[in-house]
Amino acid sequence: MTALLEVRSVAVRFGGVMALSGVDLDVQKDSITGLIGPNGAGKTTLFNVICGIRQPTTGVVLLDNEEINGVPTQKRSAMGIGRTFQRLELFTTLSVFDNVLVAAELARVSNPHAVAREQIELLGLTDRADTIAGELPTGSARLLEVARALAGRPRLLLLDEPASGLDDVETQQLGVLLQQLKSLGITVLLVEHDMSLIMKVCDQIHVLDLGNVIASGTPDQIQHDPSVIDAYLGAVR
Amino acid sequence: MQQLVAYTVIGLTTGAIYALASSGLVVTYVTSGVFNIAHGAIGMIAAFSYWQVRFEWGWPAPVALFAILGVLCPALGLVIDRVALRGLAQATEVTRLTATVALMAAFIGIATWIWPPENRQPFRGFFDGNNVSVLGVNVGWNKIIALIAAVVVAGGLRILLYKTRLGIQMRAVVDDRSLAELNGARPARIASASWALGASLAGLAGILLAAEVQLNVVPLTLLVINAYAAAIFGRLKSLPLTFLGAMALGLTEAYLLWGQGQSWFPETIGGFSTSGLRQATPTIFLFLLLMLLPQAKLRAGAARVRERSAIPQWNTAILGAAVLVIGSIAVTGMMTRSNTIYLIQALIMALAVVSLVPLTGYAGLVSLAPLTFAGIGAVLMSKMPGDGNVVSLIAVVVVVALIGAVVALPALRLEGIYLALATGAFALLVSILVFNQGKIFSNGVAEVPPLRLPGVDLSQPRPKAIFLSVAFAVVGLLLVALRRSSLGRQFVAMKDSPLAGATLGMNLVRTKALAFAMSAAIASLAGALDAGKVAPDNYTFDRSLPILLLAIVSGVGSIGGAFFGGMLLGSNTVLASIVPSVSNITQVMPGLIGLSMGRNPNGTASQIATGFRPVTSHPQSLLTALSGIGALWLLTSVDIISHWGFFAALVIWGLGIVPNLPALAVTSGRSRALCLLIAAVGMGIAAFFDDIFEAVPTGGRLLAIIVLFVVVGNAIRRIHTPVAPTSKSSPDLMGLTGFTPEELSQSDRAIKVVP
Repeated sequence: MTALLEVRSVAVRFGGVMALSGVDLDVQKDSITGLIGPNGAGKTTLFNVICGIRQPTTGVVLLDNEEINGVPTQKRSAMGIGRTFQRLELFTTLSVFDNVLVAAELARVSNPHAVAREQIELLGLTDRADTIAGELPTGSARLLEVARALAGRPRLLLLDEPASGLDDVETQQLGVLLQQLKSLGITVLLVEHDMSLIMKVCDQIHVLDLGNVIASGTPDQIQHDPSVIDAYLGAVR
Repeated sequence: MQQLVAYTVIGLTTGAIYALASSGLVVTYVTSGVFNIAHGAIGMIAAFSYWQVRFEWGWPAPVALFAILGVLCPALGLVIDRVALRGLAQATEVTRLTATVALMAAFIGIATWIWPPENRQPFRGFFDGNNVSVLGVNVGWNKIIALIAAVVVAGGLRILLYKTRLGIQMRAVVDDRSLAELNGARPARIASASWALGASLAGLAGILLAAEVQLNVVPLTLLVINAYAAAIFGRLKSLPLTFLGAMALGLTEAYLLWGQGQSWFPETIGGFSTSGLRQATPTIFLFLLLMLLPQAKLRAGAARVRERSAIPQWNTAILGAAVLVIGSIAVTGMMTRSNTIYLIQALIMALAVVSLVPLTGYAGLVSLAPLTFAGIGAVLMSKMPGDGNVVSLIAVVVVVALIGAVVALPALRLEGIYLALATGAFALLVSILVFNQGKIFSNGVAEVPPLRLPGVDLSQPRPKAIFLSVAFAVVGLLLVALRRSSLGRQFVAMKDSPLAGATLGMNLVRTKALAFAMSAAIASLAGALDAGKVAPDNYTFDRSLPILLLAIVSGVGSIGGAFFGGMLLGSNTVLASIVPSVSNITQVMPGLIGLSMGRNPNGTASQIATGFRPVTSHPQSLLTALSGIGALWLLTSVDIISHWGFFAALVIWGLGIVPNLPALAVTSGRSRALCLLIAAVGMGIAAFFDDIFEAVPTGGRLLAIIVLFVVVGNAIRRIHTPVAPTSKSSPDLMGLTGFTPEELSQSDRAIKVVP
């Protein structure tokens, strides 16, 4: 196994607060890696660093052994990084189809319309293709974020709480989809509070607390790690 | 040496006035989040009111001061906060900005209405004629008072913000609005208090400045530019830095004034006169500061956009273009020469308004300089060799597009309010430094040659009007193509979420520059095609404001909206010139229309368009609508109804009755009969319009037509419309069939499902 993404002693300081203080973690190629931790642990900040929205105060990020610290946000999608947002960032006045189409066009795929249709179908949004994105219920909006990120043809997909707002059935379908993406050769880094989903689909989990990685391992190891139970999971479910 | 001292004193006093104005601006901005473009206009109103009570009515100065600064200004601030801005808390920054632009336009209109520019008593400063000697230099009391006032205000604000309950609450609201609210602060009240305070500070600055520069609507209003510059120096947060910036600005201006009297000061730089330099100082200062601001950060949490723009459909677009061109051929055939010239002006305005469609409507960027680009277009066209041939026109458009992109480029690192201010500063700079040059507008006019097309004489009004409507139609169709293209989608995507756009690979700077270039190119047409003698006054900053206002109000996302806005602006000038008695109302109108934004952020035209949508998909109604127009055309061409009758009937038919046709087709019984009766009466009045309104002048007639179509349209709609069933198919609404959409959205709000 080789690492697609390596985060090396990344620290981010907001004024007097250390949002991340020296985070080290790897995301293996073709894996689903979970990133969990209480709110405020620094998960979204880490995503922002990986996408180039925020520069780390210290430390480096490597994609495929290549340092990407200075690369501007808009060039990182061409390098294969795609993401969704915890606070939805849809193009709210465009239709569902156009949301995905814009992504496909920006990625310069050869047939953007076909790619967009394909992703919308994959996420089960075909019936809503003409709906204005701002009018979608939260669950579908989350799925649209995933579809849009996929249209950019990422190698590494960062998902920020994709299951929040989904019902049980939809969450289950999302789990199946994630396995499907993995088999298609897309590496997923997943931030999620739904522990049953995390434990079911992830190959590897990193636990973040107060800007530090406090544990890394397989779902089984994490579930029985005393420090994780203490900081986040509480009683073993 | 003595001169240096004298100019330093002048500089410090001017700086003090700027400091007063800018501290008011900062106070309102930090507590209410609204950047008040109308801040200077409030100062201007205060100065005029003070003059009225002090010099016209002879009140003693302390009473007058209390009446203005203690009563009028705070009341004005409260009214603005409570009435004009209340509905807009959730709106986008563009909308909120526009609301204050509307205020500014309204205030300018009101001031010119109440105090028309004529010979009036001079505005005398405090203790006029008495001087104090400072270091051997005589300084007027007004200047001394300005200095003292600035010091007192600085100290007072410090005490207010740090020692009083209100001030501490203000700072708490700035820090974290919701947290402060949880702890018992009332952000709404605090915002009102800060608006009252800000308005009084603006008023004080306005009164002190008026004593120095005399009463003049526009210069006093533009005091706000100085205030902006100082406030931006303080990053819109820090009051001490704001004061420092204001003083630096005042001193720079004073030393330039001194320098211009010296022999060593160059009169021209590179062949351009430097006479406008001092006047332009604040603007240059502002522009430079904006350029030096750090790159705007990508922020999460895009504004909840209430506005939406439907994708224009080709069939409606082509239909619209055809109707416009055929309509203008028909209408100009029966218009008098002078009315045709008014139509030409309206079409030029429409072109200027439509230039904001790609920029503001699609890409969500505000420009306060559409007419500046039109002006550059006009100037280039007049200087271009070829005496108006098509190649020159293309060259002009290309050059202005490039200028648009280049000017915008440094400004593109900015966002929202800062970007809008940078375009405003650009507009002022061009007016003061470029358009004022003798070699640009010799003797204050430039001669724009009419475009030369084979077989058409565009110096005649009718061909010119027809040509302009063709030009508008072509631009409109190009914009439809743009909106439907990949680039158009990217524009809208950038407006909705620049953050998501960037993570998907969008180069935001390039996309913004393209939007600016396209907007500038279209605006240049509004200048280059407006053949004849033009003056730089046509292209000033304050003329650009109504353009932006009407664009946004009438629906900047749609081309129809832009056309509507242009016509409204055009008819406004027609009204003003034909019926002088209503000219004051027309000056205030754009501002008042702008203030209706809170209720309808999508714009008027989109409402009308929504009304027409069912018609285009209902063949029977479409056929009826078109044959109705044909019948009217026939009636007027055989002189059964007059031209006025035709025009009135066309408006009533098209805007009042046609949108109701599909519903009428399914209505039956008495209500149908009643609707038809109302329609018939409306059309009857319209057809014999000339006879009924014989004694009424043109402006009154236009007004009557508008009233008639609104009454007829609304009456019919009221009668036939059954309670609309919920059309949503969302599973969330399962089983909720017995409720109206209003009730549903009410309950949604009550249980906070929709934020």
